[in-house]
Amino acid sequence: MSTIEERVKKIVIEQLGVKEDEVTANASFVDDLGADSLDTVELVMALEEEFETEIPDEEAEKITTVQQAVDYIKAHTKD
Amino acid sequence: MASIYARITGTGSALPERVLSNADLEKFVETSDEWIRSRTGIRQRHVAAEGQTTGDLSLLAAQRALEAAGVKASELDLIVLGTTTPDLIFPSTACLVQNRLGANGCAAFDVNAACSGFVYALGIADKFIRSGQSKKVLVIGAETLTRMIDWTERETCVLFGDGAGAVVLEASDEPGIYATCMHADGGFKELLWNPVGVSVGFRDEPNHGVRIKMAGREVFKVAVKTLDSLVEQTLQAAGMEASQLDWLIPHQANLRIIEATAKRLNMSMDQVIVTVDKHANTSSGSVPLALDYAVRSGKVQRGQNLLLEAFGGGFTWASALLRY
Repeated sequence: MSTIEERVKKIVIEQLGVKEDEVTANASFVDDLGADSLDTVELVMALEEEFETEIPDEEAEKITTVQQAVDYIKAHTKD
Repeated sequence: MASIYARITGTGSALPERVLSNADLEKFVETSDEWIRSRTGIRQRHVAAEGQTTGDLSLLAAQRALEAAGVKASELDLIVLGTTTPDLIFPSTACLVQNRLGANGCAAFDVNAACSGFVYALGIADKFIRSGQSKKVLVIGAETLTRMIDWTERETCVLFGDGAGAVVLEASDEPGIYATCMHADGGFKELLWNPVGVSVGFRDEPNHGVRIKMAGREVFKVAVKTLDSLVEQTLQAAGMEASQLDWLIPHQANLRIIEATAKRLNMSMDQVIVTVDKHANTSSGSVPLALDYAVRSGKVQRGQNLLLEAFGGGFTWASALLRY
C-alpha cells in the first residue's frame, strides 16, 4: 500500500496538473505549483475524500505546502 | 390509471441588449479578464437597461415559450416565477407578467429560492400537474441581479448578469418530468446573501444597503459537495443510471463547479450545456436560459434525458430529471 506521502503527492499532481519532480516536500501550492484560490479548495476536497476526513476551513488555510498536507493527514488519520 | 406527467412543450428566453465584457469591467473595477476567466469561465454578461425590469425580461421569455409550445396565454391555469429580484415587493412579478400576457384569472405566484428559484418553480409546477390541479403551466426564472451589485466588491461584482428563461409545461401521458428534488439549509445564510429587507429594514447607504455578499471559496466548496450528492439522489429518485443521461444542464455560476459535477457523473463536457461564459450567473434565469439555448441550437432533441440542477443562497439546492 502507498504511503501517505505518495498518496498526497499523487493527488497534488492530479489536481494541479503539475509534473512529479515539481512536487517536492517544501513546494508551495500557490508560489511554486501555480495554484489559485479555487485550486487550493479543490485540493483540500480531494485530500478529504482520499483520506476520509474533514479538514475545517481554518485548518485548510494553514496547509500551504506538500509537507504541511502530509503532516496534517498523519496527525488526523489513524492509518 | 395511467400516470400524468408534466412535459415541457416549449421554451423561451430573453437577455438585455447591453453586453458588458470582462475588458469593459477592467475600466472601472480593479480586476482582469484572466482572473475572471480562470476562476469562473465568465467572459461577458448582459446588463438590463435603465428601467428594464425582471418582469420585462420575463414577459419576453414567456411569450417566446408560449409561441414555441403553441399555447395561448388565456389557456394557462398557473404561472410560477422564480426570482430574487422582483419588480416590486408586491404584487408578485408573476401577477404583473400574468396581466401583461393576458392570462388574467389563473393562479400566479413568485418563488424565492435565490439561484435555485427556477428549479424550485419547476418542481412545484410538476406537483400541480401530477395532482391533476393544473393542465398548462408557465414556469419562469428571471432576474435583474445587476441591480443588487456593489461594483466596489471586486470578487463578487464580476460574477453576475441579467436574463430570463421560461418553459411551458403541459399534462401528458408521456414523460415528462421523472423526478424533482428540493432542499434548503438556512444555517448557511451568511455565506451568500443580501443583508437588508422590508422587515429588517434598509440602510442609509448606496442602493439602500442592497448588495450581494458572498464568501466565494466556502460557497464553492459546499456547492461542489452538495451537487455531488444531489445528482446521485436525483438519479435514484428517477430509477436511472448516470449513463442514461443525454445532457446535464447545470446552474451557470462557475465553470469549475460545473466541471466537478460532470466529472462525478462521468459525463464528458460535450454533454454539458455551458452558457456561463456568455451570460455569467443570472441566478434563477440561468437554467432556463441554458435550456432554451440548448433547444434552439438543436443540441437537445426530443426524447433525450436531461438533468437540471441548481444551487444558491439559503442555501437552497434543487434538481429535475426529465425526458424532453
